[in-house]
Amino acid sequence: MSVALDLRLKRANKVYHEGEVLAGVVVITSKEAVQHQGISLTMEGLVNLQLSSKSVGVFEAFYNSVKPIQLISSNIEVAKPGKVPGGKTEIPFEFPLQAKGNKMLYETYHGVFVNIQYTLRCDMRRPLLAKDLSKTCEFMLHCQPQKSKVQPTPVDFTITPETLQNVKERTSLPKFVIRGHLDATNCVITQPLTGELVVESSEVAIKSIELQLVRVETCGCAEGYARDATEIQNIQIAEGDVCHGLPIPIYMVFPRLFTCPTLETTNFKVEFEVNVVIVLHDDHLITENFPLKLCRV
Amino acid sequence: MASVQWHARVRKYGAELQRCRLDAVPVDLGDYHPLKPITVTDSRSRRGGRKGSTSSSSSSSSSVAPDPLSSMLEGTDPLSLFAAASASETPTLSHSSSSVELGRKRRENEEEVGADFEPWSAKRGEILARFTTTEKLSINLFMGSDKNKASSPSSAVSEKVRTRLEELDDLEEGSQRELLNLSQQDYVNRIEELNQSLKEAWSSDQKVKALKIVIQCSKLLSDTSVIQFYPSKFVLITDILDTFGRLVYERIWSMCSDPRPIPDSFSVEDVNDTAKETCLNWFFKIASIRELIPRLYVEAAILKCNRFLNKTGIQETLPRLTAMIRGIGDPLVAVYARAYLCRVGMEVAPHLKDSLNKNFFDLLASFRQIHGDTVQNQLVIQRVEIPVYLTLYSPAIHWILQCVAYRAPDVLLTEMMERCKKLGNNALLLNSVMWAFRPEFVAARATDFIGMIKDCDEAGFPKHLLFGSLGRSLACADPPESERLPILNEAWKVITKVRSPQDYINCAEIWVEFTCRHFTKREVNTVLADIIKHMTPDRAFEDAYPQLQSVMKKILTYFHNFSVLFSMEKFLPFLDMFQKDSVRVEVCKSIMEVFIKHQQEPTRDPVILNALLHVCKTMHDSVNALTVEDEKRSLALLINGFIRMVSFGRDFEQQLSFCVEARATFCNLEPVIIQLIHTVNQLAMETRRVMGGSHSRKTAAFVRACAAYSFITIPSLTSIFSRLHLYLLSGQVALANQCLSQADAFLKAAVSVLPEVPRTISVEGKQRSSEAFLLDFINSFLSTLLVVPDHPEQGVLYLVRGLLNMVQDYTWEDNSDAKVRVYISALPLLAAMSQESYLYTIPKVDSNETLYGGDPKFVAEISRLCETLIGQVLDHLKTLGREEGVRRQGSLAFSLFSTLLAHGDLRNNKLNQLAVNLWNLSHKNGHCDTRTSVRTLEHIKQQAQQPELSHLSDMLLRLSLQSRA
Repeated sequence: MSVALDLRLKRANKVYHEGEVLAGVVVITSKEAVQHQGISLTMEGLVNLQLSSKSVGVFEAFYNSVKPIQLISSNIEVAKPGKVPGGKTEIPFEFPLQAKGNKMLYETYHGVFVNIQYTLRCDMRRPLLAKDLSKTCEFMLHCQPQKSKVQPTPVDFTITPETLQNVKERTSLPKFVIRGHLDATNCVITQPLTGELVVESSEVAIKSIELQLVRVETCGCAEGYARDATEIQNIQIAEGDVCHGLPIPIYMVFPRLFTCPTLETTNFKVEFEVNVVIVLHDDHLITENFPLKLCRV
Repeated sequence: MASVQWHARVRKYGAELQRCRLDAVPVDLGDYHPLKPITVTDSRSRRGGRKGSTSSSSSSSSSVAPDPLSSMLEGTDPLSLFAAASASETPTLSHSSSSVELGRKRRENEEEVGADFEPWSAKRGEILARFTTTEKLSINLFMGSDKNKASSPSSAVSEKVRTRLEELDDLEEGSQRELLNLSQQDYVNRIEELNQSLKEAWSSDQKVKALKIVIQCSKLLSDTSVIQFYPSKFVLITDILDTFGRLVYERIWSMCSDPRPIPDSFSVEDVNDTAKETCLNWFFKIASIRELIPRLYVEAAILKCNRFLNKTGIQETLPRLTAMIRGIGDPLVAVYARAYLCRVGMEVAPHLKDSLNKNFFDLLASFRQIHGDTVQNQLVIQRVEIPVYLTLYSPAIHWILQCVAYRAPDVLLTEMMERCKKLGNNALLLNSVMWAFRPEFVAARATDFIGMIKDCDEAGFPKHLLFGSLGRSLACADPPESERLPILNEAWKVITKVRSPQDYINCAEIWVEFTCRHFTKREVNTVLADIIKHMTPDRAFEDAYPQLQSVMKKILTYFHNFSVLFSMEKFLPFLDMFQKDSVRVEVCKSIMEVFIKHQQEPTRDPVILNALLHVCKTMHDSVNALTVEDEKRSLALLINGFIRMVSFGRDFEQQLSFCVEARATFCNLEPVIIQLIHTVNQLAMETRRVMGGSHSRKTAAFVRACAAYSFITIPSLTSIFSRLHLYLLSGQVALANQCLSQADAFLKAAVSVLPEVPRTISVEGKQRSSEAFLLDFINSFLSTLLVVPDHPEQGVLYLVRGLLNMVQDYTWEDNSDAKVRVYISALPLLAAMSQESYLYTIPKVDSNETLYGGDPKFVAEISRLCETLIGQVLDHLKTLGREEGVRRQGSLAFSLFSTLLAHGDLRNNKLNQLAVNLWNLSHKNGHCDTRTSVRTLEHIKQQAQQPELSHLSDMLLRLSLQSRA
């Protein structure tokens, strides 16, 4: 006797906004009638914060993990104890997506030290000798579009040995001139990061040019705060000794889930940066950093 | 049975012929024609006053009578009107939405790539064959190590299968496999394996693994070690990408086809959300591929899927991908990436020309990379020469330019050319321009191109390739008249300097076409001389047979006049370069084929004859014991075609001596010998015609010589029936030419050959009984014997007796009536011989009728012979009655009856009685065909009406028709 429990949301992309209604069906498929002691649905939105061992030490990191922040939570009983007939049964449900108290629903985000996740869980309790059934599915929350207009704020940059900081031996550095621009540092999250880059000259052949997307997560806690930058993805835009003087496009799609509009709350912050990384053939690594501000329109 | 007395019926052939002629019946043409349909004048048309219409169909609504429907509408009923309207796509008539539909369809037709676009599949094989290597290759696959698979295998998969699958995964996941020291074939096999495992992974729902395979494969394209192999590697790997693109597209397409399939020309609105989401997922996944080259290739591979997401997806993506290629540093890798993008672009959205052009201009912009230090260093390490390296670019640049130039306006092409001109060291581009642009475009500017080629750097791209490409264009399109000779001169100046014979012939082969097309034999001769000069040293021609053959083919295409062809001094020396037997014969055959096809008039030109005789001899000499039958037949056919075309006009003697020579030359091909005998026989008859039937001493001697030729040639044939028929035919010819003793000899020879006829012969590879053939031959032989006069030194009817003796002694098949049938068919001959004047005679030859003048002794001799024959037949009939052969008995008896009826004098009682007996015998067992019997009776009745045959009516009374019971 096998029973399958499934959750199906109405929207194929599972994306919802605050104030909307999360609707879907619980699907129970079984060959015979199923005895149960109640079916319930739980919807929950949580912010999980984790302190990195780097900033606070191993033990604190282990013990001191900050208490999760609940953004939304609700529970309903779908069916009272009884029997579900054999075959396929669909039970529709709806949840209003309304934040608790004066909190707001942050956008779904999967990071390293900060995780914002919304889940929907269905539980079917069953009498003795049968395992309880449970099914969880995650749904995505997108925050409300920003009201004010986004200023693109383009950035021009020039990289030469002279503009570099953090150099040990400036004399051993080969000569090069790299110019470029980013079309915007105030980026719309659904639009790719674009720009151009020109290798005007370079004494040493270029091995690779990459765009490194970095998240900067800050968690506040009793002892102060921890700020950590980690890589989300690395996109190569040039390979080998590219043609000098020919503009190379900068183009990067912001990955879903791993990015969200730049977020700043009392307890934590999520920010993003992009590094233009130029690797020379003699393995010199040249990095230019650009902070980004992501938003949703 | 008592012996029968034979009396032949007296025939008056002239009177019979007169009687048999049909009465001329005047036919009223205007009234009736059997092929016209039956005239049915129906009531309606009568009312319409169209009575007696000359043509009307048998159906009630005749074509002439006006159809009320069509007359009202003057042939344009609403349906056909509509059809006509939609055919011409007049939007005024059709529904508004359908007009949009039509408009779209039309636009799509314009957008689609026509048949004049050479598809990639055509290039594929060529590239694989051309870019090969003997060096060792390596494949480096790193199948990621993340363990989160796309989806856990569905529960339907049994546990065992699942573990096996996991084992498989373990082999590949997280393991970096480097396969070193692969030969080229190994490499190809490996790639094919990857292609297979991609398909398997896909069908077993492991989409992530499939993607990984594709990414790893496209990563191989960034590796330029063993650079000579790169183009082939590109071909192999893009095959995998194509497979992947197709799989993804089909998968998403099938997701939309629930509940019913969406049309091919679907729009975004037709796509459901799930499909869109899946599609979007693919794009996000691909956008996060770390490395540039795999990201580029994989996105290009699924370019078509943009159609599911939005209308403008493709036209936004193409330029972006085009720009992305600028990030590829290695020029070779970049150019192939461009080629792939153009290829996908042409396939998915051929109307988006801009990105094609953009690709080309980007290519120009980064062209100097090719001569950059990085590339040079690499070439030094790999020990590849610059010219070789540059040719690696050709397929990709050809392809890009082909896409760009496809149906592009001349203005654009001119602009492109100008841009190419401006770049330094542009031979590579120039080559592709000539290759890919319209031949007409190139031809019109041929002089410019030659100038540009001349300006090119010697060290770079090989010049002979440039001229090769130019020649290819000029072979298809004509440059202006005045420029042709300078072009040829300039081109050949360079070609003749090419030192490597292989390069030389490749280029020369192309230019031969141009030369043949526009110039006379003088120029072609010069070209041939040059080819010979280049290809002879060190027997270089041995490696260039395909090219040389192609040269020959081109010459033959343009020169159909063989006297011109052979008057080229260098043609035969050129032919002599084909020294490998098989190739030589092949070439000879192609020459002969052209000759047979295009030679209209017989020729006696000694140049042609000598040359072709030489060619034919070559073909003939290739025949040996191992030659297959078909090959022999086709060779013989060609040689026969030649022999038929030889005519010396009135110079018969020379023709005969030609035949003598030909016989000596072609002695191994029997069909040729047969043809020669026919030719000689024809020659004799022609002589007779010219002399008006009476030979002079000289011509008589000549026709005897002809007969002698045939007589000594025939025995060399192995086919017995050919021999028999030729003996007979030559005998007839000799007879017609009043060569009596020769005719006698031929016929005697035929008779003496008869016993050798085997019982079975092979017809088209099957063993068949020879009986039917033999009977046919004997019958026609018998009919000839009527006019052959008896030999004065031999007895009466010497040949007939000889033949019949042979027939008697011949070992017929068991249970065969053939012998008796011969006897029965000899009776009409004998009857005809006993007439006072014969049915046919040969002018100026006295037949037996004149020799014997109806001598009673002669007639008696014939009658005796007949009686013997009839006796033999009757004996045979008796033996048949005893056995199971009653059916055969019936039919034989009936045919003897018919012979008696037609040729015997039935006034004789005994003969009459015999006929009646035979009739009864044939009807005794009811095996006879009643219809034939009835018709025979009717015939007899009709014959009996003639006064001299009135006795037949009495006999008729005695012939009873057996009832069917």
